[in-house]
Amino acid sequence: MRKVDLLIIGGGPAGLAAAVSAYEQGCRDILILEREDTLGGILRQCIHNGFGLHTFQQELTGPEYAQKYIDRVIDYQIPYQCNTMVIEITKEKQVTAVNRSNGLQHFQAKAIILAMGCRERPRGALAIPGWRCSGIYTAGTAQKFVNLEGIMPGARVVILGSGDIGLIMARRMTFMGAKVLACVELLPFSSGLKRNIVQCLDDYDIPLLLNHTVVDIAGRERLEGVTVAQVDPETKRPIAGTEQYYACDTLLLSVGLIPENELSRMAGIDLCADTGGPSVDENLQTSVSGVFSCGNVLHVHDLVDFVSEEAAKAGAKAWRYITDTLDKNLKSMPIISGFGVSGAVPQKIHVGNADQPVTLMFRPKNVYKNAKVCVTAGEKEIYRHSSRILTPGEMVSLKLTPEALRQISDAENLTVKVEAS
Amino acid sequence: MLDVIIIGGGVIGCSVARSLARYDLKIALLEKAADICEGQSKANTAIVHGGYDAKPHTLKAKYNVLGNQMFGTLCTELDVPLKWNTSLVVCFSEDDIPKLEALKKQGEINEVPKLRIIGREELHKREPSLSPNACAALLVETGGIVCPYELTVANAENAAENGVLFYRNAEVTKIEKGDSCWVVKSKAGAFETKAVVNCAGLYSDAINAMVSEDAFKILPRRGEYYILDKKYADVFHASVFQLPTKLGKGILVSPTVDGTVLIGPTAEDILDKSDIRTTPQGLAKALKFGSLTWENIPLRDVITTFSGIRAHSDRDDFILGEAPDAPLFFNASGIESPGLTSSPAIARDLADLVAERLDAKENPNFNPIRKAIPKFREMDDLERAKAIAANPDYAKIVCRCETVTEAEIREAIRRPVGAQTIDGIKRRTRAGMGRCQAGFCTPRTIQILCEELNLSPLEITKFGEDSKLLHSYLFGKGEQRHA
Ligand SMILES: Cc1cc2nc3c(=O)[nH]c(=O)nc-3n(C[C@H](O)[C@H](O)[C@H](O)COP(=O)(O)OP(=O)(O)OC[C@H]3O[C@@H](n4cnc5c(N)ncnc54)[C@H](O)[C@@H]3O)c2cc1C
Ligand SMILES: Cc1cc2nc3c(=O)[nH]c(=O)nc-3n(C[C@H](O)[C@H](O)[C@H](O)COP(=O)(O)OP(=O)(O)OC[C@H]3O[C@@H](n4cnc5c(N)ncnc54)[C@H](O)[C@@H]3O)c2cc1C
Repeated sequence: MRKVDLLIIGGGPAGLAAAVSAYEQGCRDILILEREDTLGGILRQCIHNGFGLHTFQQELTGPEYAQKYIDRVIDYQIPYQCNTMVIEITKEKQVTAVNRSNGLQHFQAKAIILAMGCRERPRGALAIPGWRCSGIYTAGTAQKFVNLEGIMPGARVVILGSGDIGLIMARRMTFMGAKVLACVELLPFSSGLKRNIVQCLDDYDIPLLLNHTVVDIAGRERLEGVTVAQVDPETKRPIAGTEQYYACDTLLLSVGLIPENELSRMAGIDLCADTGGPSVDENLQTSVSGVFSCGNVLHVHDLVDFVSEEAAKAGAKAWRYITDTLDKNLKSMPIISGFGVSGAVPQKIHVGNADQPVTLMFRPKNVYKNAKVCVTAGEKEIYRHSSRILTPGEMVSLKLTPEALRQISDAENLTVKVEAS
Repeated sequence: MLDVIIIGGGVIGCSVARSLARYDLKIALLEKAADICEGQSKANTAIVHGGYDAKPHTLKAKYNVLGNQMFGTLCTELDVPLKWNTSLVVCFSEDDIPKLEALKKQGEINEVPKLRIIGREELHKREPSLSPNACAALLVETGGIVCPYELTVANAENAAENGVLFYRNAEVTKIEKGDSCWVVKSKAGAFETKAVVNCAGLYSDAINAMVSEDAFKILPRRGEYYILDKKYADVFHASVFQLPTKLGKGILVSPTVDGTVLIGPTAEDILDKSDIRTTPQGLAKALKFGSLTWENIPLRDVITTFSGIRAHSDRDDFILGEAPDAPLFFNASGIESPGLTSSPAIARDLADLVAERLDAKENPNFNPIRKAIPKFREMDDLERAKAIAANPDYAKIVCRCETVTEAEIREAIRRPVGAQTIDGIKRRTRAGMGRCQAGFCTPRTIQILCEELNLSPLEITKFGEDSKLLHSYLFGKGEQRHA
């Protein structure tokens, strides 16, 4: 059993930023474990630009953004193992991993950072009726084929779901000579970033069909077409008579991401039903002491800059845990998702731990125009901010200042909610 | 000249192949699809039925009970996952208890041992997740669950190891009378053989009609299912059936040997035997009746849906034996549920009959033992370390949901009657069967297939023919990359 101070599972942007930050705080015994053959995570296949506007004030591609962190990991000589998959973690912070050259490895860590990212929801999860033919891919799998392997999965494409990966792939497939017929979205609004809708659909005249879904899949062997129908915005049920057939050989699914928490579950870590990730406190510590979590495994982010920021915090707090300087035995207070709010992170906060601002993130449940975001502690309002528009496609990130946090000590909980006008 | 040609590589054809390999005969199996186990045998409920359900004195009743008794030894010999988890037939109204009694009586006539009616208390103690409305049940101690595709593949592998030849992509198109033999024409060429065994499932009526006037018809009957994530592996222990009522019949909630949960199947007569579509109506129905057993089925953890098509014969029973007007042509037709359960017994009796008619001697070299591909996910640490030391490919996990390693995938391809398609790998290793449904592992699995079979990625299919996965190279022909 090898001992290590800080073990980081996942070498994507979250794992890398956590490692860099822990190092900069003083941690020298770090190990990053990554199952792919290189560091960088999902960004390796995101060859479009638009990354790093917040962090570096410039537009980088995914690989460029990742490389900035990889370079620092290399400069600092932070050890990492690629081609290494973690297959088990325990409450006692023991980690089992496999890799070709070292075989089965066991580690005992003082602290662990979970940074495993997320996976895509497949067709099966939607139970779309029809044939089970080839030609149906998640957008991310298609992205991997096109951007990393140089192979096109198909030539005539319909996209179901308007998540960012789906939108980006609409443009990418168009660039590469495919015809994208439509992007079909069940909800009355897109779940992708506004800028991606403009730059990936509008610029290429790809129709976005809101309140629509795929109701049938045709093609015994390879996909031959899909039937799209309008849905009732209330019941989400297809409306008979509105069916339209699109002849296509490829259906890409961009219908949601699920944080990858099989390992967390194994370690008995409490998960949050809303986010699909661990429940954490303001230090990003999970219910298992010394295990921290950040990035898409904690909750699905739309901007990597937020991932890096969150991960840097996890790295710093893990180091404080290791050096036994992380605040302990403080009273904790749950954070409640009120009206219009889904999956607020962190899920709890420690009263009296108010030396630093706390970032609170959530997704609006709906589209709200000219709305306010409020945080209340009991009767007391400790945060208020007006927004021209809130949409589920864009996470809200707000900072509670130490001054605000000092006011909450006597409350039962914190509630974050939207006040729609 | 061959001694026997078996038509169809489902569980029946492959079991017959294995049973016939016990004799000193030259045997070939012809399968129309790109792989064995592409028909009913891959898409069913996977229950080893006790035998209470079949009408007494039918072949179904006889072979169900016989087959059930053979399953333990069979699965040990073939190293196939089997679990005696018991079956329950539940009812939701006290008024229906006499019907449970009748079912029990029927089972006793069929000679099913240890049937028992249990009341509300024992029922809910056994199955705490069961709907509170369930008030009594028939408990079938001899009910079990099995992995149907692993069983089919295991039979085929063992048959091949004992000398049976397998031809895939070999649809039989015609059977003619030759000089004291049959001439079987197929897409893989013509074969002369002394005897033919028709195990063509849904198409066994057409095969029979090629040689016999004694016609029957196979009527396709579709069943649709949901599969739920392994998270719910412990929610139900037994396979929970519902007592057939006016409203519905046979929709069950059952754990599978792999820890997922199966809900279904519906029963719908359809016209097209190959129509394996799922439908909004069918899925809704499976859900509606499934919810009687398990209230609030967690739909967000559905990992996939599928349908299977039963080969129901117009004679309403299995059709087994030599055709009356076609000597040395044998049928194993109309094999619907409990066909999986019956397969070992059907195969044994048919093989004995064929051997007797051919006056065959025993094969002294027959080896009944087949070892499964060692599964990384089932090993303990010591076994894992050992497996990796012997083969570093065991340290490369390809399918993360099901923890399937590269070593397992390569072995699945290299084995006798090995996988050549993505679905073939899936059935042999579970790669791609988990909660992400192959989103993550498909690219790597394609690469491995290419390396092992010396194909280009553009040639790899999901299940043969035109089910190709990829369309074109972006740059040139991709030769450098994939040479
Ligand atoms: C198509 C697409 C477009 C995007 N566009 C933008 C954009 O324009 N701008 C922007 O700012 N953001 C964008 N994002 C979002 C941003 O890239 C992600 O939020 C970010 O990459 C998440 O980082 P992560 O480290 O949490 O996860 P990941 O990048 O997924 O990294 C997780 C890593 O953990 C590894 N891992 C998982 N399990 C294990 C295990 N058991 N053992 C070892 N290793 C393991 C994985 O292999 C992976 O490398 C986009 C994302 C996608 C997918
Ligand atoms: C929905 C459903 C649920 C079921 N549940 C259960 C259960 O719980 N328990 C149980 O015991 N049984 C069950 N069964 C029954 C069981 O699955 C079948 O009885 C069994 O699989 C039949 O096997 P088979 O080999 O006869 O048919 P198949 O598996 O269909 O095999 C026939 C093969 O013949 C091939 N073929 C067809 N025509 C030709 C040709 N011209 N040339 C060459 N090859 C050809 C086909 O491609 C196919 O591979 C169920 C069946 C269904 C459909």
